[in-house]
Amino acid sequence: MSLAKAELRRLFKRRVTRVFLALVLLGLALIPLVFTLTSQKTGPEQLRAAEVKAQADFEMAVREHQRVVAECEALKAGGATDLDMRYGPNCGKDYAPTREMFSAENYLPFEFTFRDEFGPSVMVFSAAVALVAFVIGASFVGAEWHSGGMMNLLLWRPRRIPVLLTKLGVVLATMFGVTVVLGALWTVAFWLIGRYDGVLGKLTAGVWQSFALTGARGATLVLLAAAIGFGLASLGRHTAMALGVGIGGIVVSEIGLRIALQIVEVPFADRYVVSTYVTAWLNKEFTLYDYRSCAFSMGQCNPAELTVTWQHSAIVFGVALALVLGGAIWSMRRRDIA
Amino acid sequence: MAAVLEITGLEKTYRSRRRGVRRALDGFDMVVEQGQVHGFLGPNGSGKTTTLRTLLGLIRPNGGRMVLLGEEVPAALPRIAKRVGAIVESPQFFPNFTASDTLSLLADAGGVSKQRVAEVLELVGLRERAKERVKTYSLGMKQRLAVASALLKNPDLLILDEPANGLDPGGIREMRTLMRGLAESGMTVVLSSHILGEVQLICDSVTVISRGRRVAHGPVADILAQHAGTGVTVKLEDPAELSPAAEVLISAGARVTPHPDHLSVTNVDRPAWVTRTLAEKGFFVSELAPVRVDLESVFLDLTATAPVPGQARQVDDSATAPAGGWGV
Repeated sequence: MSLAKAELRRLFKRRVTRVFLALVLLGLALIPLVFTLTSQKTGPEQLRAAEVKAQADFEMAVREHQRVVAECEALKAGGATDLDMRYGPNCGKDYAPTREMFSAENYLPFEFTFRDEFGPSVMVFSAAVALVAFVIGASFVGAEWHSGGMMNLLLWRPRRIPVLLTKLGVVLATMFGVTVVLGALWTVAFWLIGRYDGVLGKLTAGVWQSFALTGARGATLVLLAAAIGFGLASLGRHTAMALGVGIGGIVVSEIGLRIALQIVEVPFADRYVVSTYVTAWLNKEFTLYDYRSCAFSMGQCNPAELTVTWQHSAIVFGVALALVLGGAIWSMRRRDIA
Repeated sequence: MAAVLEITGLEKTYRSRRRGVRRALDGFDMVVEQGQVHGFLGPNGSGKTTTLRTLLGLIRPNGGRMVLLGEEVPAALPRIAKRVGAIVESPQFFPNFTASDTLSLLADAGGVSKQRVAEVLELVGLRERAKERVKTYSLGMKQRLAVASALLKNPDLLILDEPANGLDPGGIREMRTLMRGLAESGMTVVLSSHILGEVQLICDSVTVISRGRRVAHGPVADILAQHAGTGVTVKLEDPAELSPAAEVLISAGARVTPHPDHLSVTNVDRPAWVTRTLAEKGFFVSELAPVRVDLESVFLDLTATAPVPGQARQVDDSATAPAGGWGV
């Protein structure tokens, strides 16, 4: 227990931890702030203003239409031909704007709807915290290896695997705590925006359950990122190893692989891309379309679909986690500490 | 006196596809008795740090037996780690932590009281600088911090790898006093160092390692005495005769190292034999004195690492232990 307490102290004494937690806090705080500033509750006053604006735009469109028709007819009277290409048949008289085209609804200011928009916001939240968790997890063990701190610690606690797993446990517990606290603040912030600057919508138990499940998957993603960052840095005994693999993985997977697979016309190429599985995990599922399967000359086409589910993502993430952490533990057990 | 540290036949082989096989430790033996300050000497790359790391469980040996404080390691390390304080090679600490933070985190991990942190900082002279980040420290200050971290546990056995490295002369003297004081309080100290003058002053006994094998061990005084008896310096009335005189002595069975104004002669029973042998060939000795040895010259001789003019010695060019070698 004393080791876990010491490691917790060490984690929060580290500048990387403090800086990245501060950055994620600031970054996440900006999003609700932007929503607060842009969202406006719709009342009779907003409806009236929207109606006035819609009417004004409608009238302006009618005037413009009449001007264009008059211009066309003047040209036709002067003997001009081929005006259909420019003005449409019958000088575009049949395409006069109607009032229905200028619905007041389209002129209302943005109004945040908690029920509809909180779910997607949880995905943004999870992705941001997962990124920070990856860096903190990698740095916590990578810097220890690089600076010799791990060796010093092992002189005090010569049990390699328990030391490594205690460090991992501390990172995971910390990131879980951070996610829960930030997640609660995130929820409260958006609920307040919905309550005072927008609408909450019909919040049934099912809606809250759906939010909770999205949040749980988001928290799992955060822990996964922290564990993989930690494992990679431990394998390479340097933070740069994890960051290099992370950045390299993104470049190779999201750009290189995607382009290469499209060139060789692999169907559903995006199923080999990491972000597909992250999206499917957070969104419950992600549908890929293969437009190459369409023969548009035969008329309308419904492209072939492939649905990647969160269960598929769980398998991919589980295998990656087992490989990285298994490798880190094996390396810790077998390799000399120089 | 009971042995606090015993190593028998320790072996460590590094295998690399690029660099092939290298035997870092080749049946190394070492014994350190309780309450001693024991010097652990060897040229660069001889296996000192590998030995210490292996002893402390950081490196897995390929063979041999190690006993620390009466218990076989590495199996017993988790049990006895609290009784062994160590610094291995250059001091390495997280640069953005203060000395105080560094030690208090180790104290937390090892269940040592916070009060001890202040005590060891005082002991190594870092009290006033304890709140400064380690990255602002000089090498000597980092070395002091490393010693403080090793002393934090108040160990029975203290293993220090190059503790005087980077210290100023005052610091070296303080370190010497500290080592002696610790030994007097009953702590056993194993000291790896290249400052042989210091080792000679501080240590009760030494082990010399070369190319992974022990080439000498025993009390410092005994080792010096044994080496002192083996050689004399010879000056002649006419320095131009040094070269033919050297040939006479070599042909008579002595080992001779020529110098511009004298000869160093070893492998002789009695100094009088030198005088007589040279006189018989018409060379007259103007000065004959026993070779004054210090630990440095003994070390250079034992490890065959004395610099040779015009030659750049490579780190692996050192002596291997002779069969039934000197001091064994």
